[in-house]
Amino acid sequence: MTAWREMTVEGWGRYPRSVARCARPERLAEVGQALADRDGSPVLAHGLGRSYGDAALLAGGRVVLTERLDRMLGFDASTGWLTAEAGVSLLDVIRTFAPRGFFPPVVPGTQLVTLGGALAADIHGKNHHVAGSFSDHVRRVHLLVADGRTVVCDREHEPELFHATVGGMGLTGVVLSMDLQLVAIESPWIELETVRVSNLDHFFEVSAGSEAWPYTVSWIDCAATGKAMGRGVFMRGRHAGPGAAPSGRLIERLKAVVEPLLDARPIEPDWLLNRATIRAFNETYFRMHGRGVQRSFVHYEPFFFPLDAVKNWNRLYGARGMMQYQPVVPPDPDHRAMRTILERISTSGFASFLAVIKEFGESHHSGLSFPRPGTTLALDFPNHGQPLLDLMDTLDDVVLDAGGRLYLGKDARVTRERFQRMYPEWRAWRAVRDHWDPDGVFASDLGRRLGLVQDGAAPTGPTRSAA
Amino acid sequence: MSAVVILGATSRIGQALAREFASAGFPVVLCARDLAEAGRIAADVTTRHGVTAEAVAFDACDFSSHGPTLSDVARRFGGIHVGVIAYGDMGDQGESELDFAAARRVIDINFTGAASAAEALYPLMAAARGGTIVGVASVAGERGRRSNYVYGSAKGAFAMYLDGLRGRGHKDGVRVLTVKLGFVDTRMTFPMATKIPKASPEAAARAIREAVESGVESMFYPPFWAPVMAIIRALPPALMKRLPL
Repeated sequence: MTAWREMTVEGWGRYPRSVARCARPERLAEVGQALADRDGSPVLAHGLGRSYGDAALLAGGRVVLTERLDRMLGFDASTGWLTAEAGVSLLDVIRTFAPRGFFPPVVPGTQLVTLGGALAADIHGKNHHVAGSFSDHVRRVHLLVADGRTVVCDREHEPELFHATVGGMGLTGVVLSMDLQLVAIESPWIELETVRVSNLDHFFEVSAGSEAWPYTVSWIDCAATGKAMGRGVFMRGRHAGPGAAPSGRLIERLKAVVEPLLDARPIEPDWLLNRATIRAFNETYFRMHGRGVQRSFVHYEPFFFPLDAVKNWNRLYGARGMMQYQPVVPPDPDHRAMRTILERISTSGFASFLAVIKEFGESHHSGLSFPRPGTTLALDFPNHGQPLLDLMDTLDDVVLDAGGRLYLGKDARVTRERFQRMYPEWRAWRAVRDHWDPDGVFASDLGRRLGLVQDGAAPTGPTRSAA
Repeated sequence: MSAVVILGATSRIGQALAREFASAGFPVVLCARDLAEAGRIAADVTTRHGVTAEAVAFDACDFSSHGPTLSDVARRFGGIHVGVIAYGDMGDQGESELDFAAARRVIDINFTGAASAAEALYPLMAAARGGTIVGVASVAGERGRRSNYVYGSAKGAFAMYLDGLRGRGHKDGVRVLTVKLGFVDTRMTFPMATKIPKASPEAAARAIREAVESGVESMFYPPFWAPVMAIIRALPPALMKRLPL
């Protein structure tokens, strides 16, 4: 018998929240047992809860917490192939294998994601232009499907199920384990160049000139307007060779001050991140970087995962939570959509604390995987409620007109109609899902909102609990 | 190198202990009823730490199998350095009150089966004049409480058994460590909505390994349970029976 506990489940943005009955299997057989004990309710796997919106939520349903299914089942040091359960985190992979000279092929901005979540959202990283997305490095997946069987799928065996599971937001079944290709590294250090860019055109110029670097991303000051619009700090890096020298670690000192406060959770300050403090931060961050190209060596942690240095940093936004907005728009020599988006944000009065911009490379996915060639912008806003939702609706139209789309792993609010225009693949994806899950066993609040699951499966939308 | 044997390896604490001792370079033997699951844990510690790990079928209630199983392990691994008796089952107090078969099962797993395993480990370690038997007991065994006295009495009896075994081991070079666990965030406590802080299984495992290394003989984890249970032990029976504990 599965032990269920009623819990309020939230994503990393802490908006929305919903109540579900949760189980936390510790043995492989307990996952199938939880599915059998669902008592007619829909089911959803939930890893470390780092998707921002309602992707890992299922109001009134059964949520299977996968964090304890974290066994590494095998590793071949001659090829770099790791077989691991879906609850293993990237942090765990890196802590185990970086000292042995291996690193995950693709990492997002946090190490605190599970492999199952990484596959379900088909995450991308700073190396998308050369390495593609996470699933491009996954060979085989063990998936618990709706009828209780475990299906082994890859690009030859049940390829439709494999491709629907990649980026499928957990709606094809519960990922149990996978084979992941790790890449060889010679050092935990990153050889880093930062280039201060003065506007959007300058960003594209530097980005085009940085294609030989495996890792590229640019921080962007969304508060800047006019000629300075799009100014920022472009970062490009590569794994350093053996014997690289370290620089100082400011981040450690910052962590020591801030983390205890957030851990104890006495402060959930709605006022801390407001327009003035965000502007001041952006200005300081921009000025901190000297003009031209700066070279240094940094540890992989502050390079890839600067925010992991402060545990529970999402609480800086207070109980109201935050919302992310991440579109990709196809290449355009005039960058009209990007300009329009940046203009609308800078004139809206809503400041984005952390904004990054990056150019994606090729993509060959058929399902709901997000990355497409073009430019992606990732923004986060304190949850200002309706006025912010209205702004995002107008940005959706700009993205749609440009032929772009939003990242589901960060979304909490796009409408079903707009989503379906952004992802015309949804219909084919849905047919595969319906074949494997005809009775709507798997669902999520995001799936209900976007029409990715059978409507009959569950009529209610996400319920907002008292903050 | 002689092995660390985890009895009840598929519990989260057993698994965390396996990782702890494997990280220190010890070969680990994972004893459990669910051999397939123990095999996954063996694969995990080998993948993470490069040590030898082996899954062995073991049933706490199959007392007569304990001696042969553990001597076979000792023979193949060149001795047992540490043996951790980590299994336990809280059962259901209400069911135990209605059906003594259920109560007996709780006593068999938590006391009889635990003592049987310790008796099987002891001569192997005494013959080698070295080794540590770790018994995972519970704060529930510190005082009989109406909410779970069957489980509590079995754990309490096991702790008392370990006290005696420690004295016997003193002359034979066998050390005995009694671990009294408070709330740890495991499958046993997951459904409990409680304000009492739960320790992580990983932190508990680390504390146990450190205690083994430093030669500690008895510990509470988390440590705050020591004074809490001292107070509860001191309550007069006339008061205790009225408390909703």
